[in-house]
Amino acid sequence: MSRQYETVIGLEVHVELATKTKIFCGCSTSFGGAPNTHTCPVCTGMPGSLPVLNRQVVEYAMAVGIAANCEITRCLKFDRKNYFYPDNPQNYQISQLYLPICRNGYVEIETPEGIKQVRIHEIHMEEDAGKLVHDDWSDTSLVDYNRSGVPLIEIVSEPDMRSAQEVIAYLEKLRLLIQYLGASDCKLQEGSMRADVNLSVREAGAEAYGTRTEMKNLNSFRAITRAIEGESARQIELLESGRSVVQETRKWDDGKEMSYAMRSKEDAQDYRYFPDPDLVPVIISEAWIEKVRASQPEFRTEKMERYKKEYGIPDYDIGILTQSKHMADLFEETVAICPLPKKVSNWLMVETMRLLKEKNMDAQDIRYSAGNLAKLIQMVEDKEINGTIAKEVFEVMFEQDTDPEIYVEEHGLKTVTDENALNRAVEDVIAANPQTVEEYRNGKEKVLGFLVGQTMKVMKGQADPALVNRLLKEKLS
Amino acid sequence: MDIWKLSAVELGKKIKEKEVTVSEALEAALLQIEEKEADYNCYITVDRAAARERAQKVQKRIDSGELTSALAGVPVAVKDNMCTQGLLTTCGSKMLENFVPTYSAEAVNRLEAAGAVIIGKTNMDEFAMGSTTETSAYGATKNPWKKEHVPGGSSGGSAAAVAAGECFFALGSDTGGSIRQPASFCGIVGMKPTYGTVSRYGLIAYGSSLDQIGPMSRDVTDCAVILETIAGCDKKDSTSIDRKALSMNDSGWTGMDFSAALREDVRGMRIGIPRDYFTDGLDDEVKASVLGAAKTFEECGARVEEFDLSFVDYAVPAYYTIAAAEASSNLERFDGVKYGYRTAGYEDLHSMYRKTRSEGFGTEVKRRIMLGSFVLSSGYYDAYYLKALRVKALIKKAFDRAFETYDLILAPTAPTAAPRLGSSLSDPIQMYLSDVYTISVNLAGLPGITVPCGMTQAGLPVGVQLIGNCFMEKKLIQAAYTYERAAGKFPVPSERRGAK
Repeated sequence: MSRQYETVIGLEVHVELATKTKIFCGCSTSFGGAPNTHTCPVCTGMPGSLPVLNRQVVEYAMAVGIAANCEITRCLKFDRKNYFYPDNPQNYQISQLYLPICRNGYVEIETPEGIKQVRIHEIHMEEDAGKLVHDDWSDTSLVDYNRSGVPLIEIVSEPDMRSAQEVIAYLEKLRLLIQYLGASDCKLQEGSMRADVNLSVREAGAEAYGTRTEMKNLNSFRAITRAIEGESARQIELLESGRSVVQETRKWDDGKEMSYAMRSKEDAQDYRYFPDPDLVPVIISEAWIEKVRASQPEFRTEKMERYKKEYGIPDYDIGILTQSKHMADLFEETVAICPLPKKVSNWLMVETMRLLKEKNMDAQDIRYSAGNLAKLIQMVEDKEINGTIAKEVFEVMFEQDTDPEIYVEEHGLKTVTDENALNRAVEDVIAANPQTVEEYRNGKEKVLGFLVGQTMKVMKGQADPALVNRLLKEKLS
Repeated sequence: MDIWKLSAVELGKKIKEKEVTVSEALEAALLQIEEKEADYNCYITVDRAAARERAQKVQKRIDSGELTSALAGVPVAVKDNMCTQGLLTTCGSKMLENFVPTYSAEAVNRLEAAGAVIIGKTNMDEFAMGSTTETSAYGATKNPWKKEHVPGGSSGGSAAAVAAGECFFALGSDTGGSIRQPASFCGIVGMKPTYGTVSRYGLIAYGSSLDQIGPMSRDVTDCAVILETIAGCDKKDSTSIDRKALSMNDSGWTGMDFSAALREDVRGMRIGIPRDYFTDGLDDEVKASVLGAAKTFEECGARVEEFDLSFVDYAVPAYYTIAAAEASSNLERFDGVKYGYRTAGYEDLHSMYRKTRSEGFGTEVKRRIMLGSFVLSSGYYDAYYLKALRVKALIKKAFDRAFETYDLILAPTAPTAAPRLGSSLSDPIQMYLSDVYTISVNLAGLPGITVPCGMTQAGLPVGVQLIGNCFMEKKLIQAAYTYERAAGKFPVPSERRGAK
């Protein structure tokens, strides 16, 4: 490559809001119902039905806008975006074009070059579509309208990002803000957060933007990273070979690690946007904005500072604990019951993170309660169980939020405190391992570990290893 | 006693006094249907069995004292663009030839809660697009006064059914005059309430920002009582207005106790006649009838004078731009996927859409969908749709100015009496222009009432239109009632024919 290129990226991020009911009707937004059971005349587009706005949607959108330093529109409207597709029961989507709820904001991301602002062009509210299920067997398509009318916000950034790393940092930042607000769980895999990538390349130092493409179907950070790298390379290659980039929408195939053109600008539909006459303008008062502003939670940066002061745990721990609001909440609740911050942090950072990774779960999926974790830690502190048993119990608790006291009791896992029994076990082990004992007495001290292990085995793990260690040393000296 | 000639309120009273049973009332209407439907074609669907069953139930609830409303037991016809649970609702279109709603419109629910008995669904211009009821996929309705003439539209089936005695009252819907114009052509009373007064929930939308459901009745008393029954704020319709929450210093005029306005008194009322409505396009006989009504008002003590309303010429283009734009989007849901008509053969999704909509919609509906899609398309939106919205705002301002001086505006309803069947559709522009006196009322969101005021030489009725400021239905009702008493009750068609 003879010339240097710069990649310019802007994002359109769709986030499904965590309201209990849909944006324009009272139907449930919960997942997993049988097809077309969370539906009514409104969200199936029955003739004569009318939309009524769910105010919680406005409140969540406003909260995200405030967190992202946006201006809040005082008089907002909804517009109809007209296009025919069977997942869209009215054949128009109620969205916002002319007066979106939030405009002109920014979020700050960390880059190797320091803090960088990514500007937010706008945030608007809209309704989600239903789901098409294609039945290859009968060559028919079926529609499930359970998701139709689930509230979404679309966060449109300015073309301020220059690399996949910056895009991921921006998405992480948005995800944290929104999760901390409780406005969405933002799961990429499940589609509650979706990102479309607008990307162009230009020669380093050039003023004008190049022709951009829009990439869809990106449902993991990994896919986004690979799509950005792939698309950037594809565009540079086109320019290098003297061809030009076509403005088009492309679909990413993560399995094949490549993208396909879906439709070009020439095929772009005219959506014939116009204000929806079925909905009245929403007036947002100063008081309403203040109410939402006042109820903004402590975000990550502030939380990290407070943890440092209040709990005195290492920065590394704080970084991990605050990566998810749920984890941070769990940490604080547990410490409130069992004031041993470092111990609590260890259980979250080490065992919890390990199991989450193993089971391919998110931190927000943690099911066990602060009360049970506190009990478990206290039992170890009180030497009722040892560390190994505690880990076993924790695995069960992680799955079913089991009460550790009851579990230990029922399974007889308590540490044996009967010194006679322990003495007998130690003596048996010494008698059964004359060679090792010999080695130890000859100064090979590290074989003591083996003898401790043997004793723990005889005790079925239910002994305090420190105590076993001491007894062995006493008897062998 | 000819039960079928009673007004709704008279009948309701007789039912309460046990002079007439609900079943007798229903059978009286069904008999008229039996005798006249072949001639007039007022209904798309008559559900005799369900109506009879319901009549029995309503009778029991009246007897037990549970139902006391003025309309309890009174048979009613509903325009076929209002959803009725379990009862075919076609909107006058092949597109909905098999559509049986799973829910009822709010206005229908309110009528049923009051004990009215639904006989059936009345004929209408397809998706309420038309002024003659000739664009219906189920054949034209004939005017009960003269079979060779149209009943008007789009609520022509409802108007003709009321005039012919095939029901005691009916619901219509009015987007640009669709209640008032057929009321005028059929010699009955029809009212379009202030936008937001009657819930639109369950009304299959044509022009959402203009559509209102309203009463169509034999006289003004019925009109007031029906409106009182169907009006009210509805949380399911965001554009519905909570009038109880309005705090206006209006001496009670904006209230919803409409029957309280049934008083003979127009003394001191200031009535304005827009000079710009009485120009070349207005038929001489119609003009004479309407000005005759103005004279009656004067004799009753009102102060009547002419004034210039302005912007009249812009109302028709603004209306057809806005209504068509909204319609083009409202009618997108009719695609063959979820309900209604689907074409028999298709290759793929696109061909299914294209063929379904080509075959399911009639010419006038297609014309308005194309017009509406055009004015909303990018590059034309500002020049047409936005400009039309600005004209709408100017028209509203012109009315606001007029109501600073006048309590009411008196105007013709239509430029002519009912035209002959088949004479309108060939020239759609001419048909659109005939809406000139009614559509401004929709654009400005105002209430309007049409009351019969005379007959042409040819034996066709003429209605005078009264227009009020927003929420001033009671003023309209009081004035219309006073006029009706002064002019004497308008005859029903057969009496007139009998007198010949």
